[in-house]
Amino acid sequence: MLKSITLGVATALTLSVSALAASADTIKIAFIDPLSGPFAGTGTNGLHQYEFAAEELVNKQGGVLDGDMFEIVAFDNKISPKESLIQLQVAIDQGIRYIAQGNSSGVANALTEAIDKHNRRNPDDKVLFLNYSAVDPALTNDKCNFWHFRFDANADIKMDALTDVIAEDDGIKKVYIIGQDYSFGKAVAAAAVRFIGEKRPDIEIVGNELHPIGKVKDFTPYSRKIVASEADAIITGNWGADMLGLGKSVLENGYDGPIFTYYAAADGITAAFGETGEGSLRLVAEGQINPPANDRAAAYYEAFKAKYPDGNISQARITNVIEMLARAIDEAGSATDVVKVAYALEDMEHESLWGGSIKMRAIDHQLIQDVHIHAHTDDGITFDYDNSGYGIKVENTVTMAAMDSETSCKMRRP
Amino acid sequence: MDLILVNLIDGLVTGLLLFMLSAGLTLIFSMMGVLNFAHASFYMLGAYFAFQISLALGFWMGLLIAPLVVGVMGAGVERYGLRRVHQYGHVPELIFTFGLALLIEELVQFIWGKNQMPYEAPEILQFTAFAIAGNSIPAYKIFMIFISVAIFIGLLWVLTRTRVGMIIQAALTYPKTVEALGHNVPLIFMGVFGVGTALAGVAGVIAGPVLGTFPGMAFVLGSIVFVTIVIGGLGSLWGALVASLLIGWITTFSKAYNLRMEDLLTTLGFTKPEPIWDSPWRDLWSITSPQIADILPYILMVLILIFRPYGLFGKRDA
Amino acid sequence: MTDQLTTDPTKPAQRMRAGSMVLPLTPWVIAAIALLILPFIFTANSAITIMNQMAITIIFALAYNMLLGQGGMLSFGHAVYAGVGGFACMHIINNDAFFSNLPLPLLPIFGGLFGMGLAMIVGSFSTRKAGTVFAMISLGVGELIAACSVIIVAFFGGEEGISGDRTYGLPFLGVEFLQQIEVYYLIAVWLMVSAALMYLYSRTPLGRMANAVRDNPERAEFLGYSARWVRFYSFVASGFFAGIAGALFAINYEILTEENLNTTQSGIILLVTFLGGVGFFFGPILGAIVFTLVQTVLSLQTELWGFYLGIVFVVTVMFFPGGLAGLIMMHVPAKRLGKLGRLGLPYLKTLGAGALGCLGAAALIEMVFHVRHASVGDHEITVYWTTFDTHGVLPWVLAIGATVIGFGLARATAPGLVAAWNDANTPDGAAR
Repeated sequence: MLKSITLGVATALTLSVSALAASADTIKIAFIDPLSGPFAGTGTNGLHQYEFAAEELVNKQGGVLDGDMFEIVAFDNKISPKESLIQLQVAIDQGIRYIAQGNSSGVANALTEAIDKHNRRNPDDKVLFLNYSAVDPALTNDKCNFWHFRFDANADIKMDALTDVIAEDDGIKKVYIIGQDYSFGKAVAAAAVRFIGEKRPDIEIVGNELHPIGKVKDFTPYSRKIVASEADAIITGNWGADMLGLGKSVLENGYDGPIFTYYAAADGITAAFGETGEGSLRLVAEGQINPPANDRAAAYYEAFKAKYPDGNISQARITNVIEMLARAIDEAGSATDVVKVAYALEDMEHESLWGGSIKMRAIDHQLIQDVHIHAHTDDGITFDYDNSGYGIKVENTVTMAAMDSETSCKMRRP
Repeated sequence: MDLILVNLIDGLVTGLLLFMLSAGLTLIFSMMGVLNFAHASFYMLGAYFAFQISLALGFWMGLLIAPLVVGVMGAGVERYGLRRVHQYGHVPELIFTFGLALLIEELVQFIWGKNQMPYEAPEILQFTAFAIAGNSIPAYKIFMIFISVAIFIGLLWVLTRTRVGMIIQAALTYPKTVEALGHNVPLIFMGVFGVGTALAGVAGVIAGPVLGTFPGMAFVLGSIVFVTIVIGGLGSLWGALVASLLIGWITTFSKAYNLRMEDLLTTLGFTKPEPIWDSPWRDLWSITSPQIADILPYILMVLILIFRPYGLFGKRDA
Repeated sequence: MTDQLTTDPTKPAQRMRAGSMVLPLTPWVIAAIALLILPFIFTANSAITIMNQMAITIIFALAYNMLLGQGGMLSFGHAVYAGVGGFACMHIINNDAFFSNLPLPLLPIFGGLFGMGLAMIVGSFSTRKAGTVFAMISLGVGELIAACSVIIVAFFGGEEGISGDRTYGLPFLGVEFLQQIEVYYLIAVWLMVSAALMYLYSRTPLGRMANAVRDNPERAEFLGYSARWVRFYSFVASGFFAGIAGALFAINYEILTEENLNTTQSGIILLVTFLGGVGFFFGPILGAIVFTLVQTVLSLQTELWGFYLGIVFVVTVMFFPGGLAGLIMMHVPAKRLGKLGRLGLPYLKTLGAGALGCLGAAALIEMVFHVRHASVGDHEITVYWTTFDTHGVLPWVLAIGATVIGFGLARATAPGLVAAWNDANTPDGAAR
């Protein structure tokens, strides 16, 4: 019996590992994100954006170094830290040196620690972690390391920009903060309290609470509380079904003020909000989609839509990841010496495809970029989300947000 | 005071929705002794079918047709799946429904993809029925209350006042005798399974627009339905109703009011350790009722199982 | 429902010869040698990580089967015992003063003790009844503890979990466990030790009584055994080994999160154990190996892996309630009669045809899924290492043809297989 098992394992493992053996003239980037399960929609859309960006921005321009092409290799982590670590190992075995991940700060925390340990224990095949979406501030503060680069603005930076807008609105006297009960939800709440206290001490925080993540079936009781508190604005870091549930519920139950959010667009959410969200939803994000910043951005988005009619460019920063990585590899003159590539990325300044200049801060590997406040609307939308006619339009912009913000990062450099 | 009334109504809606699921489940259990893990999956199928039908024929046809389709599917599952597994014993039956739940979720993702479907309440019900102190009660919620109350009354009438109901009740307790009297018990089983799943389908159709139509909707509701029928007493329709309403109100009220563990502990005479952020008990002190609202039913169930294993209204051991 | 809870109608446990407390040497020696040389065959780190995962799942599934298979208790929240054991170990790893004096290979003992401690607390009230009451309490407690993982941050670390570094322990014979291969051998030794202990446990009078209580608690009580305490001891022992699996998880991944506790994890272990077969000791081992391969290797090939797994699972429950192990053990009578060889050709015919049908059906499923969900203009799909256009006619004809012909042939040859089966299981010379 055991013999047959051994044989079976042998075939399966050999197949899995040898089928994807590395070839010489491609630079592989492992995309480790959920491609099955409840968050697969977001993951798959992100994968398409990566594949399109690599093709369009690098391969069609002749590649990097002397004609090396980018290739995105997808790994399904089922949004589980454990699976992510297994897939990370598989990716490293295939000779991949660049790991891209974004969905869930929990996974990002697990990956950044695992990569740090891996690079210490295996100095011969070091890897870099290109974090394009996980915004837990700790990743570029207490938990920072040399191998991790964050291309999204972190939760604190975004909240700084959001509260700038709130501070300017004299109509807002009472604010209700609600979020998911985990690290990111707590980080958002803490940042909101801090920044509002600094910028508008007269604003009263009438509610600050957390609800279980992904478990709330019906948000009605929460919206009752919010309506009863007579809040003029809601701040929430909710995403996915929790965002949709909360947003729809408060609007249906009589709330008509603004809802300041991080993630309330694309992946079916824009379509599901539709008319209901008009005038209320305000999103903070980088990357200007509407109105298009320049002709190049518009052409890029159109080409993307032609290839993926059901897709959205919901994570504009992915083009920055690809372009900056390509430049760094060219500067370092090598794709395998990731230490050199990392040093090239540090302090790199770049013109984003979506307008504005961006800079990878060396002290904590946090990308400094323009942060926009978007409105959910169907007016003046060139590129809608979910083919719903609705999309997000830039209302306010904070240039080079949090350029001089402090960090508790003490990075050890090789 | 106004808010209490509003919360009572909200809790009622949640409870009645839960009842429509647990009614079918408890019927199936009392007939066949099977805890159907896939019950919430039929609820999900109801929502998805209704969405698909509503695209072509509108919401009302969806409400009519989708539960029928779900019921036929349920009957098919009983006839060709469960009946076969029945001979192996109860654990394989349970595990079969468990596997079915997984399979249905995968199937839904296979057909409709992973995103939430834009399934909406009909235009005609999209207005505010009335408002209490600035809290609006959507007309759709009133509609949900009416539908579920109608179903409960209908079910009660069928079970207690009709010949079919009598046979079902008899088959519950003495299946062998009923069979000896010439009734086709397997057919009754199939019928009950079909009706039970159709009820879950109805719940899906009317809950889809409110709670969202997405592949995880069955998982979110799955185990809470079990909790409901266990608390109510397995096999008891009244128990299912009471437990559903109880759970609806408990969760609604604990979310609507911020009761803090800190106040409770202080009242009980404990002193708050200082500094709190360094104490190993910090998490206990900072618990608020909304945080634990959704696990309260589980606590209730474990307590009930320990002290009264046959549930609130059950007549026999679970 | 209470007294009918038998896991398998054929009651395979009764087929075991009772009493002997000796390990049948041959399979264990083979297993030990296999564990020893596997890393020389699969040298890649990822292969070793997958094998580590497999070994951990094997221990966990065996522990789970102490309840389900041997004790007839269906638990829907068993992940919490492994999880809590793992979390406790993570705290030990992070306690520098203590951990720097503790050799890493001894850590799983602590994990086991913590798993056992929790099992004693929960078991004190949950094992009073078997059947549905036990199943429902296990579900409730499982949900409670899983929910606590985000509330009690001090112990569970919230959503991001807690992590540590295993290399800070006291070096063991000069090994610091920097490399995956060193961890592999640590886990392999623990796998052998725990599997042997669990096997021996099933042979003790207590282990035999667990079977008796599963099949007929009333009769066991008449024999003077308290059914409740027998269940309790099984539960506690199962908690201990689950805790060991959790500790090994902590060592291998150096991180524990909410996913180690939640109901999905509990469901998976139920699935793994049942797939392998609850009636035999080696069943869960098979299940763990197959499931890990499906989860990590098949999921690299197709995003529909969950769909296939669901189908396989439902088919298993419906047609082979004995699981993979039951399927294998069905052939023992034929082997005893020395007529196993007569099954070879009929098997080849039917299963070969069936496999063709399955491959064809899988290709069809992949193509339908691709046509429905792929981006517009993306007509290329790679199935079985061949890339083709899904909008062409030929691939569809081929796939449908393979499915129809495969299943048709399997159906046509099935009577032959049944005849051969009957023949192989009838002693020569017996009346037909």
